[in-house]
Amino acid sequence: MGINLKDSIVELIRRSSTDYPKDWENAIRKAAENEEAGSSASVALNTILENIALARKNSYPMCQDTGFINIYVDYPFGERESTYTEAINAAVIEATKRQYLRPNAVDSLTGKNSENNTGVNAPAITFHQWDNDYARIRLLQKGGGCENCSAQYRIPDTTLGAGRDLKGVRKVVIDAVNKAQGQGCAPGIIGVAVGGDRAACAKLAKEQLFRKFGERSADTSLAELEKTLLTDLNSLGIGPMGFGGNTTALEVFIGTQHRHPATYYVSVAYDCWAYRNGTMTIKNDEVTYA
Amino acid sequence: MLKLTTPISAETINSLNAGDRVLLSGRIITARDAAHKLMVEKRPDFLRPYLKESVIYHCGPIVSKNEDGTWKFVSAGPTTSSREEPYEADVMEEYNVRGIIGKGGMGQKTMDGLTKSGAVYLHAIGGSGALTAQRVKKVETVLMLEELGSPEAFWVIEVEDFPLVVTMDSKGKSLHKEVAERSDKRAKELLASI
Repeated sequence: MGINLKDSIVELIRRSSTDYPKDWENAIRKAAENEEAGSSASVALNTILENIALARKNSYPMCQDTGFINIYVDYPFGERESTYTEAINAAVIEATKRQYLRPNAVDSLTGKNSENNTGVNAPAITFHQWDNDYARIRLLQKGGGCENCSAQYRIPDTTLGAGRDLKGVRKVVIDAVNKAQGQGCAPGIIGVAVGGDRAACAKLAKEQLFRKFGERSADTSLAELEKTLLTDLNSLGIGPMGFGGNTTALEVFIGTQHRHPATYYVSVAYDCWAYRNGTMTIKNDEVTYA
Repeated sequence: MLKLTTPISAETINSLNAGDRVLLSGRIITARDAAHKLMVEKRPDFLRPYLKESVIYHCGPIVSKNEDGTWKFVSAGPTTSSREEPYEADVMEEYNVRGIIGKGGMGQKTMDGLTKSGAVYLHAIGGSGALTAQRVKKVETVLMLEELGSPEAFWVIEVEDFPLVVTMDSKGKSLHKEVAERSDKRAKELLASI
């Protein structure tokens, strides 16, 4: 590889941690206009906009919780995974030194923070070898507060009256977001997955968070449900930070996969407004960020 | 907008109502999960001067060290407060605390504690770490950095005009409870209509 892979990944982290995507920023600006002027909801959204501008200008992390580092690598045939693992670990250590990341990897047994974001399965890297002639590295910084608001349901759920169909999915997503209140730093970005076993379902829900603002599902019934749910969630009145208001969620993204006949899981990956992820591609020794 | 400066008297606290927006100045101290566990289990005396009539900030900041050995807050928004629910009422009573800054609000045990101790819950804007760090004018000292690690340590800081919303007052009113009651009702209506 002719490029410095480690440095390129440090830059991916810097961008993700400090520079908020414009389309999401516009969504927050629109939401701010939709709140009553002078209300706490309006103040909260305008403060968020001010914070986004400041973080971008100074390359400061938007939020001090720079999240758990999830990295997805798609690489061409013939390359070694260890090349990426070594560069990613070195990049994470460097990004922590430069304060693009807070030390967020704690030994579950001893409670000791590794202070550099590396450890057992930290950062969490998912490899996938594909048939393209280029590599793609995707980063998802998932905050701890919003991760605590994520949920998984086993349908049928008699308490909620949720059966094994899209109506049932709609019900459990409403329940999850209502339970979250403002705790996940609303307005949230809601990734939903239906099907798979428990682990695959949670993974697919999280991967929905890589979708672009306004990107509807290719399946018309899911696209419809995404729109309906966004209206449902915003009618709950939880509002930014749980202050009450019209904006509880910014987006709902739903994905499905096949399931065992006996199981029907729905996972909800709650992401805070501070959506921090990024994608870089490496083709012919050239790095592109998206 | 009301201005508050630490140390804060019980009378000032009792004049605040849920929904008020305030600007906080003065010395406050950060504490989160490990710190709260420690305060309840060990009740260390070295914290008393920092906590008396002052405010606890639920925050695990990103901090950089200057060349002269002093510290600077880089990003420092609030963390979710509900994790401290088992501890907070005891901490406030033990250390005579006047306010808790965090996000997401807290439960009934803390609500009762606020009334008993004469304290309020102050909500910061979650995720706005870069902006909030600008309100930190000085890092006075850090306690138990080695033992607890940077996000969990007690950071004693001086803030100026830190914008906050009183969401739980000392008279038993909680905006979080009101918002949750309304959204529960709406969620039930929705579920029944689907």
